[in-house]
Amino acid sequence: MNEMTTIAKTTLKDWESDQEVRWCPGCGDYAILKAVQRTMPDIGTAPENTVFISGIGCSSRFPYYMETYGFHTIHGRAPAFATGLKLANPDLDIWIVTGDGDGLSIGGNHTMHLLRRNLDCQIMLFNNEIYGLTKGQYSPTSRVGTTTPSTPYGSVDRPAQPCAFALGAGARFVARGFDVSKELPNVLKAAHAHKGAAFVEIFQNCIVYNKDVFQDFAAPKGAEDRQLWLRNGEPMLFGSEKSGGTKGITLDKDALELKVVDVVDGDWQAAGVIVHDVTNRSVAHMLVEMRFGEFPMALGVLYDDPRPSFEADVVRQNAAAREGKTADLQGLLKKGQTWTVKEGGPEL
Amino acid sequence: MATAVVDEAKTPDVPLSDAVVVRFAGDSGDGMQLTGGQFTLSSALAGNDFATFPDFPAEIRAPQGTLFGVSAFQINFGSSEIDTAGDAPDVLVAMNPAALKTNVPSLKTGGLIIADEGEFNDRNLAKAKYESNPLEDGSLAKWQLLKLNISQATLDAVKPFGLGNKEALRCKNMWTLGLALWMFDRDRQPLIDWLKAKFAKAPELADANIAALNAGHAYGETAELAGPLKQHHVAPAPAEPGLYRTLTGAEAIALGLVAGAQLAELPMFFGGYPITPASAILHHLSRLKEYDVTTFQAEDEIAAICAAIGASYGGSLGVTSSSGPGIALKGEAMGLAIMTELPLVIVNSQRGGPSTGLPTKTEQSDLYQAVYGRNGDAPMPVIAARSPADAFECAIEACRIAVQYMTPVMLLTDGYIANAAEPWHVPDLTAYERFPVQFLTEVPEGGFKPYGRDEKLARPWVKPGTPGLLHRIGGIEKEVDTGHINYAPANHQAMTDIRKAKIDGVKVPDQTVELGAEGGRLAIVGWGSTFGPIHQAVRRKRAEGKDVSHVHIRHIWPLPANLGELLKSYDKVIVPEMNTGQLKTVLRDQYLVDAKPLNKVSGQPFTIAEIEAAIEEAFQ
Repeated sequence: MNEMTTIAKTTLKDWESDQEVRWCPGCGDYAILKAVQRTMPDIGTAPENTVFISGIGCSSRFPYYMETYGFHTIHGRAPAFATGLKLANPDLDIWIVTGDGDGLSIGGNHTMHLLRRNLDCQIMLFNNEIYGLTKGQYSPTSRVGTTTPSTPYGSVDRPAQPCAFALGAGARFVARGFDVSKELPNVLKAAHAHKGAAFVEIFQNCIVYNKDVFQDFAAPKGAEDRQLWLRNGEPMLFGSEKSGGTKGITLDKDALELKVVDVVDGDWQAAGVIVHDVTNRSVAHMLVEMRFGEFPMALGVLYDDPRPSFEADVVRQNAAAREGKTADLQGLLKKGQTWTVKEGGPEL
Repeated sequence: MATAVVDEAKTPDVPLSDAVVVRFAGDSGDGMQLTGGQFTLSSALAGNDFATFPDFPAEIRAPQGTLFGVSAFQINFGSSEIDTAGDAPDVLVAMNPAALKTNVPSLKTGGLIIADEGEFNDRNLAKAKYESNPLEDGSLAKWQLLKLNISQATLDAVKPFGLGNKEALRCKNMWTLGLALWMFDRDRQPLIDWLKAKFAKAPELADANIAALNAGHAYGETAELAGPLKQHHVAPAPAEPGLYRTLTGAEAIALGLVAGAQLAELPMFFGGYPITPASAILHHLSRLKEYDVTTFQAEDEIAAICAAIGASYGGSLGVTSSSGPGIALKGEAMGLAIMTELPLVIVNSQRGGPSTGLPTKTEQSDLYQAVYGRNGDAPMPVIAARSPADAFECAIEACRIAVQYMTPVMLLTDGYIANAAEPWHVPDLTAYERFPVQFLTEVPEGGFKPYGRDEKLARPWVKPGTPGLLHRIGGIEKEVDTGHINYAPANHQAMTDIRKAKIDGVKVPDQTVELGAEGGRLAIVGWGSTFGPIHQAVRRKRAEGKDVSHVHIRHIWPLPANLGELLKSYDKVIVPEMNTGQLKTVLRDQYLVDAKPLNKVSGQPFTIAEIEAAIEEAFQ
């Protein structure tokens, strides 16, 4: 989080631009936009110090609708623009908005390098498992067998897992939410509170080309059984009495893998349920790989363990290199071995 | 220091006159670039004018002794104005058979070969694909041959310092340099000082190298009495009084960019990605942090330019640099900088293409790419540097246009300019006109229009973080004035027209004539690094009484307003280019003039003789 001086309190309205929102009716992006606009006053930064940067795709129209500074750039490259901007002005609060195609296909390289460098910013990757703006081709997160105009016989390649990718790239903050979830503002606040690159995968319902593809865990009915909301310092519990009782996540110490256990009479300790520690990178690796179906969908802050951010290190190094030196450009031009030509000829 | 100054009248066999061309050639591990660089410095200190041409393989350490592993450094120095690295060498120093084989064909007839016969063993002869030893078989009869066992002489000279055989042999280049310094009556002291500083942490290496240098020099003194080796004194070239240094194109661009940013009163952000021959600019700038320079080695060429645009958006002067293939990757982002009207300087150190092409060889074949190489109607100013010293001025000019017109600007240089060195009269920075940037910080009268225009048609530059001026920009077509998304037919027509008018209206100086008259029988029209050979050729032909002029274009886009009229004032126009005729096509298109091409794409600069021949032909 950026250090800010006193900032006038804002409301949701202060973060709405005058532009007409142009997503399809019913698109999950509307819910995410509202969640962000609702969260910004709580985060407490000033709109003029906030910049939303996006690439290309449905999600990337997002900056136009925020009453902040905004830059709708080119396909996949938003992280690179964000890096230059943050280095030019480290005081800005930068949010990157990208999608599964923009951030993991054409821009996968930049996403990886932004995460490994740990630029202080928030990355919201709207994952709808489809290319929406180009009318429905399968994306790098589409499940095997997805039938689209470009894969009439079903896609054959295996999907990328955004959170596993982020963690593998060196991310120090990895979280998950979904468009209509009431928890999304809390996830965004946690992302903003993290100093460094904060990666948030947001499942987003593309109502036209990939409708309800997340419904199996996002539907309100039975949500307790299918969603594992992770909270730091709390046991990993889910499930309800209605559906056969409380369950928890434990570590099978012999197989070195997670498994679901029943919790009897609320005694989760006895069942060996893991207490979520957001700084535990090993457990984070297992959480991002947890297969939905066999397990509930892991949501919330999966991992959060800050370390110095890229722009802070650059600023520090630049300052150290400048220490005790004056910017005497005329002196620099004369540097090295020079000679003077006098009327009578040269001399050293 | 040697004393004898040879009377040239007594040595007609080595036609060394007011200018001499020497080429040092050896294995890429033999230190030929370093030898050449130090010999260049000594030429500068002797007051000679000079131009150099380093020519090295793309491989870092090509297998030893092979033909493709040969590294060469040519210097032309003299007592009058020098514009090129010289056509044919007068002296060739060949450190092994491969160096001899690849370089001797260009040696002047009657020129001097100095060969290290210690390296002409069966193994090296085989690697160079010689069937018999050329030092013995008479095949070098049209040149003068001086065989020296430089390897053995070096080993003998450095014996007291207890180096291993391999390390001892690495002093060979200093022995050779010592001999060269004697040949041209040069002071050894600056070199001895330099060696002491370079090897401050290993004094035995300094001593060994100095011993080798002195031994080479002493050899010249003692061997002068017999054989083809003669000492020559090349008088200082007349030069304007003042402070001088040697300057390569890469240094010039780095310094010019820093100067440009300072004149604009902006911090500079440089995004780069390693590529030959552009990397040197990144290296130079990354050491200049105290000048408010931030450098960023990005993950790829695209990220390098995108980060630079991001920094410009944030209020820095964004700069990126690359060579042909990297510039191609940056194309889409240039379009965004044009659409969002943000300042940006893109430096293209051109090299042989297409594709990977010839990474270490020079070419001028990216002119079309610079002027036309983007999707959509995407006009962008293009400036081309003619020499290392000129690159300094061009870099400042690129910065000025970028910030005053809110546009990306491409600065073209090439592998030859980037690596070549020339003497530089250090300019007085206070003599340059400042062009401080005014950011928009408050809502102006009549309301804030992100795409409103000033008299240059530039839009306001607003830094994020400025209260009251919040707005969004992007690559989708902008509405006139407001900058909102707008796909309306009339709006796209209007915005396309504005973008074109803005660049067409960039004020560039009128085209002048470098040599000769405005109007006449023939104009040789060049751009970029062909300046040297064109200038010399035109000078020689004018001395013969030919009505020929030299016109050299710096502003490739937009072209100078008077250029069309100027070109039409000549009966004939010839455009020499190291490509298949790109500027020629632009000139024909813009002015309907019958410009004739003169093309060379061998990865080597034009020789003066090639341009002279074209002039000769035009008068027949």
